[in-house]
Amino acid sequence: MQRLLFILPVIAFLALVGVFGFGLTKDPKALPSQLIDRPLPPFKLPGIEAGGPGLANTAFQGEPALLNVFASWCAACPQEHPVLTRISGEGFAVYGIAWKDKPQDTRDWIARFGNPYRAIAADEAGHTAIDLGITGVPESFVVDRKGRVRFKQIGPISPEIWEATIKPLMLKLRAET
Amino acid sequence: MKRPGLAALLLLMLAAPASAVQPDEMLANPALEARARSISAELRCVVCQNQSIDDSDAPLARDLRIVVREQLTLGKSDTETIGYIVTRYGNFVLLKPPLEPATYALWAGPFALLGLGGAALLVWSRRRQTAEAPPLSPAEAAELDRL
Repeated sequence: MQRLLFILPVIAFLALVGVFGFGLTKDPKALPSQLIDRPLPPFKLPGIEAGGPGLANTAFQGEPALLNVFASWCAACPQEHPVLTRISGEGFAVYGIAWKDKPQDTRDWIARFGNPYRAIAADEAGHTAIDLGITGVPESFVVDRKGRVRFKQIGPISPEIWEATIKPLMLKLRAET
Repeated sequence: MKRPGLAALLLLMLAAPASAVQPDEMLANPALEARARSISAELRCVVCQNQSIDDSDAPLARDLRIVVREQLTLGKSDTETIGYIVTRYGNFVLLKPPLEPATYALWAGPFALLGLGGAALLVWSRRRQTAEAPPLSPAEAAELDRL
């Protein structure tokens, strides 16, 4: 009994080391999304072409889709772009929101890298991004056929994340009624 | 002026602490602006996580400061305005975590540990007292008498 009492602080210390050690493996920048299993917030944004079509939350109906928030000034976006091109090439709906970006810059960026998006919205003021809880770019949402957010990716979608996580989810959402 | 060093120091002490809030963001109504400042000081910047949005120069912090001011201008209360941000970014943006089931351990933990430590100390000192005062043996009593 006495010996146990002496070992107790050591055990408590090791438990703390364990808890903090586990904490270190997590990314403090990755905030859980408040939108999971909730409908996309209502938005209606202009497009990047003057007078061209825009994008509204009502577009996310009938078919699961990927909503990608990007910017021409974003450093990680060129790295993600080929994956988006592939996703759209595999027949999935990809929509874009250009965050705090001048439409001219977005147009130049698309002209340079190609356009995997069905539609691109310009969120110059960043209001829709705040409604979406955006903390940086790129971030992406998987939206089901009823317009509910089912998954949020913070940071670029790598080919591995697409294959292992997002694609299986989108296929599953396709099968949902 | 004989002491330029001292004068410079005094002048430095007059300087107000720098703030990230830009003049173009500020509300004309000083009462509303003061409320916006105190709300902003409670909200964490999600880009630079150890600063409040009132302190941060990040563009997103600026956008959030503007949203706070818009909500106040619409006549929302402080609680409603903070709630507006929390529904979008979660409790994480509150620099002071709220008291709710998930944070009971956080709020009560230090007091529980203090209580536990105090109890342990009490038990230990009681034991030591009893252990330290054994009755004198006859030989010791005789020695004491001799002294």
